[in-house]
Amino acid sequence: MQQPQPKPPSPSEDKRWKLVNATMRRHGYAAHALIETLHSVQEAFGFLDEIALRFVAESLDVPLSKVYGVATFYHIFMLKPKGRHTCVVCTGTACYIKGADALLAGIHTRYDINTGDTTADARLSVLTARCVGACGLAPAVVVDGDVFGKLTTDSLITKLEALD
Amino acid sequence: MHPEDLAEKAAQFRAEEAAIKREVRVCMAASCQSSGAQPVLTALTEICGDGKGMCHVKGVGCMGLCSAGPLVAVADKDCDLADSVLYRDVTPADAPDIMQSVCGAPVERLRCSTEQPFFARQQRIVLENCGLIDPDSFKDYVAVGGYSALVKALSEMTSTEVLREVTTSGLRGRGGGGYPTGLKWSTVAKTPGAQKYVICNADEGDPGAFMDRAVLESDPHRILEGMMIAGYAIGANKGYVYVRAEYPLAVERLQTAIRKAKGAGFLGHRVADTQFSFEVEIRLGAGAFVCGEETALMASIEGLRGQPRPRPPYPAEAGLWGCPTLINNVETFANIAPIIRNGGAWFAGIGTEKSKGTKVFALAGKINNTGLIEVPMGTSLRDIIEQIGGGIPDGRAFKAVQTGGPSGGCIPAAHLDIGVDYDSLKTLGTMMGSGGMIVMDDSACMVDVARYFMEFCMTESCGKCIPCRAGTQQMHGLLDTIAKGEGTRADLALLAHLCEVVQATSLCGLGQSAPNPVLSTLRYFREEVEAKLVGE
Repeated sequence: MQQPQPKPPSPSEDKRWKLVNATMRRHGYAAHALIETLHSVQEAFGFLDEIALRFVAESLDVPLSKVYGVATFYHIFMLKPKGRHTCVVCTGTACYIKGADALLAGIHTRYDINTGDTTADARLSVLTARCVGACGLAPAVVVDGDVFGKLTTDSLITKLEALD
Repeated sequence: MHPEDLAEKAAQFRAEEAAIKREVRVCMAASCQSSGAQPVLTALTEICGDGKGMCHVKGVGCMGLCSAGPLVAVADKDCDLADSVLYRDVTPADAPDIMQSVCGAPVERLRCSTEQPFFARQQRIVLENCGLIDPDSFKDYVAVGGYSALVKALSEMTSTEVLREVTTSGLRGRGGGGYPTGLKWSTVAKTPGAQKYVICNADEGDPGAFMDRAVLESDPHRILEGMMIAGYAIGANKGYVYVRAEYPLAVERLQTAIRKAKGAGFLGHRVADTQFSFEVEIRLGAGAFVCGEETALMASIEGLRGQPRPRPPYPAEAGLWGCPTLINNVETFANIAPIIRNGGAWFAGIGTEKSKGTKVFALAGKINNTGLIEVPMGTSLRDIIEQIGGGIPDGRAFKAVQTGGPSGGCIPAAHLDIGVDYDSLKTLGTMMGSGGMIVMDDSACMVDVARYFMEFCMTESCGKCIPCRAGTQQMHGLLDTIAKGEGTRADLALLAHLCEVVQATSLCGLGQSAPNPVLSTLRYFREEVEAKLVGE
């Protein structure tokens, strides 16, 4: 019988790796747990760095190229750190019709950042989503996980300014 | 377990709450939560107390009228939405007045009529429990007849009889394609295989569609029940729900439902004390539109990049890990329990000749009543937009309604009287899609809208086949040129030609339907497009 591969040690003492290991263990370290594991890494650390990708590849016995392929294929996975706050502007059809572009332009004017960027002081990242399903409240944004609807550029900027 | 045992259980759950005469229901679906429903629920609960009196405050699922949220309904226990006193735009400061109204006169300043067409014209089958029951409560679901279809199927019907009822119902896939559900189930049932899978496609990727989200957030047990009935009918013991990571609340409620159903013995080993076992696992999407395509979705469950593969073989023959797999969308599964409860013939009596039952639509865009509605198939677009939707705001004129997401098209005012079903929308050059309807007023630029959808398809193309990968890029470039007023007649001709090529040669539905928004724009708004050309 084939001996199971010994699992690599966690990259650091950081307790958050325990969460990642728990996810992989729950799926029996199967290769098909890759996406679930990457979700787990991102939830724990906020983004996927090279150390994490290498660790997951080795643990699940999946080539690093495949791990990188999956991590870059799906929009939700971030390969660089985000700011302390994130603002996801929904660009679904309903939000588009109701002025998502104006919201993005407003953010650009105030903070001088475009989609995918983070402010120099690492305070705020701005992202876009294809549709967050809050079409009834368009235009909508998700600030740090909370959805806000029926926004204007002014009300959005006021909200973002109020973040610490 | 027999149906009588379950009925007894349901009666017992109802008896536990017999002291409660009136209910204050607060919509806790994602949309109302975004509008501030949580503080309203907290304020009402504080005033009401421990809930041991005759009145009970509870969080429920979607009531539909998202634009008026947060919504609160005050009703006699067991009364549905139509018979309740509904309040709109509620704030925590309104809580004392609302609690006062439980035993007194309604608070007129907050009233939202349930007699208006938005509510009165609906026929709720899929959404029957939404806004009534607490989605996190197993008891609530059973008390309104939940799991009775499953127990009926397991204890009184053979798998062939289940297949027959679903076939008789005439139900067609609600994910967009409209493939007959009974036929799909029968094919998987007939395919030999020791291991089969049931997949619920909850990767509601069409922008402008949020029906599945509402069902998952409001009535999650309903989906589990539908999946288990499917598993019994086709001979599968394992199911996956592939749900978008963008819907955290839906994921949370589904997890709770799975845990509670398992705890009560209605999921897992020996479901409801029968020989049938069924496990369900949730898999999170990761923000790839193409994963709504069934073969891409299965690749994603297998932990791979979500790239489609050619069909045949169809998932019914070789699906997840090469095993026969049944894949249906959320709304399709939500229709199963009532079909088994009431019979396929009952369901077939609703709707049009070729499209049976009801359809849930998400109304959004430039329309007064945004939210979710459920109407019989065949209801006219005019009824939906002018009556139920309450028309166009700000005194502007209707210009077009977009259906089918990036795979669909825009329908102009001239065709508003058509009854909506799978086939009528197809003849108009669009499609049902999953049910998103985005209304545009006369301020919309149709070239810009077509460019928007092409940009969407271009970015979401998985890159596997050339027609889609390169074609969407080229079409987007041409549309951009035209939108900027720099396009020529030759550009327009090239665009139309590319549409045909991409439609005919792309590998999967994403590419094949990517030209649809452009084609429908050229069909109904050609003058507007031509007016943008150089020298016109």
